[in-house]
Amino acid sequence: MSSPVVHAHHAPQGFIRKYVFSLDHKVIGIQYYFLALFSVLVGMSLSLLMRFHMVHPDAKVHWFSTLWPTAAQGGIMTPELYLSLMTMHGTIMVFFVLTTAPQSGFGNYFLPIQIGAEDMAFPVLNMLSFWTTLLALGVMISAFFVPGGAPLSGWTGYPPLSAIGAVAGPGEGLGQTLWIVSIAIFCGASLMGAINFIATIIDLRCQGMSLMRLPLTCWTWFVTAILGLLGFAVLLAAGVLLILDRSAGTSFFVPGGLLVSDQILNHKGGSPLLWQHLFWFFGHPEVYIAILPGMGVTSQLLSTFCRKPIFGYRAMVYAILAIGFLGFMVWGHHMFMSGMSPYSAMAFSVLTMAIGVPSAIKTFNWIGTLWGGKIRFTTAMMFALGFVSLFVTGGISGIFLGQPALDLYFHDTYFVVGHFHMIMGVAAIFGMFAGTFYWFPKMFGRMLNETLGKIHFYVTFVGVYAIFTPMHFLGIAGNPRRYSDFTNFDFLGKLLPVHNFMTQAAYGTAAIQILFFINLFWSMKYGKKAPMNPWNATTLEWTVPSPPPFDNFAGQHPVVNHGPYEYGVPGAPNDFIMQTDPVDVVREPHA
Amino acid sequence: MLLAPVVWILTVVICYFFIAQTWWFPPPISQHGIAYDAQFMRTLVVTGIIFFLAQFALGWVIFRFRDDGRRASYSHGNNRLETIWTSATAILFVGLVLMGTRIWAAVHLSEPDPAAVPIELMAKQFAFSFRYPGPDGKFGATDLKLVNDAAGNPLGIDDNDPAGKDDIVSASLKVPAGKPIKLIMHSRDVIHNFFVRELRLKQDIVPGMEIPLYFQADTPGTYEIPCSELCGLGHFQMRSTMEVMPEADFEKWKQEQAANK
Amino acid sequence: MPSLTSDVIKPPAPPSRGFGGGGSDGRGASRRASMTGLMVLLAATTMAFAAFTSAFVVRRGMSNDWVALPLPRILWVDTAMLVASSVLLEVARRSLKSGRRTEFNRYWTAGTALGALFLLGQAFAWRQLNAAGIFVASNPSSSFFYLLTAAHGLHILGGLSALVYVDVQALSLRLGPGKRTAVDVSAMFWHFVDGLWVYLMALFLVWG
Repeated sequence: MSSPVVHAHHAPQGFIRKYVFSLDHKVIGIQYYFLALFSVLVGMSLSLLMRFHMVHPDAKVHWFSTLWPTAAQGGIMTPELYLSLMTMHGTIMVFFVLTTAPQSGFGNYFLPIQIGAEDMAFPVLNMLSFWTTLLALGVMISAFFVPGGAPLSGWTGYPPLSAIGAVAGPGEGLGQTLWIVSIAIFCGASLMGAINFIATIIDLRCQGMSLMRLPLTCWTWFVTAILGLLGFAVLLAAGVLLILDRSAGTSFFVPGGLLVSDQILNHKGGSPLLWQHLFWFFGHPEVYIAILPGMGVTSQLLSTFCRKPIFGYRAMVYAILAIGFLGFMVWGHHMFMSGMSPYSAMAFSVLTMAIGVPSAIKTFNWIGTLWGGKIRFTTAMMFALGFVSLFVTGGISGIFLGQPALDLYFHDTYFVVGHFHMIMGVAAIFGMFAGTFYWFPKMFGRMLNETLGKIHFYVTFVGVYAIFTPMHFLGIAGNPRRYSDFTNFDFLGKLLPVHNFMTQAAYGTAAIQILFFINLFWSMKYGKKAPMNPWNATTLEWTVPSPPPFDNFAGQHPVVNHGPYEYGVPGAPNDFIMQTDPVDVVREPHA
Repeated sequence: MLLAPVVWILTVVICYFFIAQTWWFPPPISQHGIAYDAQFMRTLVVTGIIFFLAQFALGWVIFRFRDDGRRASYSHGNNRLETIWTSATAILFVGLVLMGTRIWAAVHLSEPDPAAVPIELMAKQFAFSFRYPGPDGKFGATDLKLVNDAAGNPLGIDDNDPAGKDDIVSASLKVPAGKPIKLIMHSRDVIHNFFVRELRLKQDIVPGMEIPLYFQADTPGTYEIPCSELCGLGHFQMRSTMEVMPEADFEKWKQEQAANK
Repeated sequence: MPSLTSDVIKPPAPPSRGFGGGGSDGRGASRRASMTGLMVLLAATTMAFAAFTSAFVVRRGMSNDWVALPLPRILWVDTAMLVASSVLLEVARRSLKSGRRTEFNRYWTAGTALGALFLLGQAFAWRQLNAAGIFVASNPSSSFFYLLTAAHGLHILGGLSALVYVDVQALSLRLGPGKRTAVDVSAMFWHFVDGLWVYLMALFLVWG
């Protein structure tokens, strides 16, 4: 493992060393960010295709048949094509967007700087983790291009459907295998990232940066890394077992007595529920991996832009730890209807309700932070405020789903789809937008355009409510999920107007994202030059130039004397104290 | 600031559609369904109040504390408030789940009724089949090698077993109203799910497991059964119906089926 | 100014000692970070094998088609070699601490060699099972045997690479004080993988 001090005196030379195979955590962070941007474009396109098909299942679209000659003959999307698009949409969004950008993107860039370090603990490992992630993405995308196409078993890949091979349906041959291989590679990349994050936070903090002076972003990156470490290890194990069932004739997950496509299968004695337990043991921490960094960014931004310390810093830290800890104990709430023991269901249910408590604490504390504040409505702040609203909406539907009694109806309906999209597909994304608008000046030395930003924000905010709130009503009406069209059931036909509305809202919301991309790429070259501390913020990244030198602190070793959110301090020369300001910059009112 | 009224308007619109019940459950057809709806309502009222108050509070602080030249108050928080709202949340959430426990236990943890009418469900890609034991009250033996969908033997009932000769196989579920039913569920390929909205019940059907589902339907009528666990490309078409009829009609139907064999 | 109530939480206190990293003193921070990194890696490996173990236990308890696997005798030899290699590595580390470099080279090389022999022994065990007609899909017990020994073998391979690296450095007289961490981290990883193997043997013997 390379020593972090080794490259302190040697700036990288040459394009390849500086921008491609770079050891610099800032470059790697940007690489991850762009990987996530590419992935979100793919994922969003897939979702638009899905929404189109749901309301126009018989439409002939000429270029469908160009892209998918077998799966869209005559330009009509087949059900199996729909399901494969759906599978890849979920997989790409969850893994290559929500698990990369918030943690490996922003975390890689800003964790070392926020704790006063020159780089991550293991720069070579860091670089490897990015390229491994990119390899995983390549393998995943390749599933579209092999015979049979991408798998159709959903991002959850339940066996036997995912385990018995091509007899189960198109895409279940090579496509499913590539999917599993990609996920396994991704697990390896995540593990490398987790090693770096945890070692960096524990061992590389600068003088004075005690744990209780860490910005909340760092706390969320820390707990997220632990969740990833333990969760992805289990997913890797599950993936290995699934590959063996598919290709080595084992029966970990596949029971005997199966007749598929007129063939009696050779498997014997396996348990489909075993996969579900292993998968969700990973899957539940995964969703906290997706949301925690966004919570950290929200805390950071709310404090910065209302010029007040975060309300209840210690409680926020405990809440993050509690969410991480409890996050490992609630996986069974994805399996209430699975056929597992009803007693287990009750236990998981109580724990699931318990995890709502630290989430509520965070929400109260965000509002408490804003109370009595002096709010500056920058675009970054808008997205942070939007996060709070969306987190409330998304979290509340969880209270229904966490009760097995109510899940007797809502399992596998659009109520679930609405819930997780609100939380992951929207709140978490808003966390990324917020982080982008906040940190862009530091990363690229230029400001993003605020007008474009605000228009993009408002349309997106209303748009996502328009897309995903109706899903809860569809769920109440009993609309099952993962249906490629709704023309086979009387009760579903009546719900088509709602689907139409959601599809239109999706088109509009997707279209407005163009503004964001224009803003992003235009501002990189032509945005107003950014000062060192455009937001008058307190944490360490705002003490270095925009963008920072390759070793962050130009050979200096920062010393921290204050907590991370000293805003509005009475008697302070400005209305804030930076973490590295001298100890006696103001008579401490509560010393 | 503009965000405050936007949040408020969205909140009001959302609450409206919940109160107006524009898209809603179909009416329940069982005691369990009635109990279910009551628990749902309790949860909806509690969460609705929380939702409304939280979004309102968010909009309020956005509006009230916008920067108009004020000074922010310097405060790191308030331990007493933290304790109060944490405890309140915990009591509320755990209280809700405990209230629902009775409903859950009634479905899955109560003594099975020995007089329940046994009906077998066999799920496959992409259809449900239902089997009734016939006048002898016994299900005949089945063998996977004897399955012949085209000839109307999706379960592979063994002709050599006398108990199977009077078994009735049907593509739709027929049940007598007001009588306890035991639905014995199997899958012969992948995971499927039996769901009837009006019953407020669903259950995954897992290959390799025999899963019983007990219920009682009180209101006659025909209700759709949509498969509710992704089972392959035909998942969206995997449909059956449950017809609830007076007991006398149910007996008549069974006799007709037996006579036609 | 509206305030919520009168009791207020104090801002965070300054650290009582230089716990916050203590300054980036290069080598010190690097050694600590490497140790943390190792612990983190071991945590992940533990979780993966915990997942395999739970699958093992569930599968064994579920169906009645589990046939106990006849463990090839050579596994006992392999176990002995692996434990011996760990002991030798420890002796080597003691020698290095006392500055006896030649002894270090001797013991470390011997430990590494035994580690390589372990892998060969595992391959031999697989061949014996194959010859007896027991393959990965023959029975759930054999499925788990091949799976667990393969997963463990991969970790041995990784550990062996580290041991070989240190050995090459030592034998070419390039093992300076800056590489002390590499020696300790490799040895500790090796002991872990050794302990993991003892655990797996116990699993096979008691439950297999």
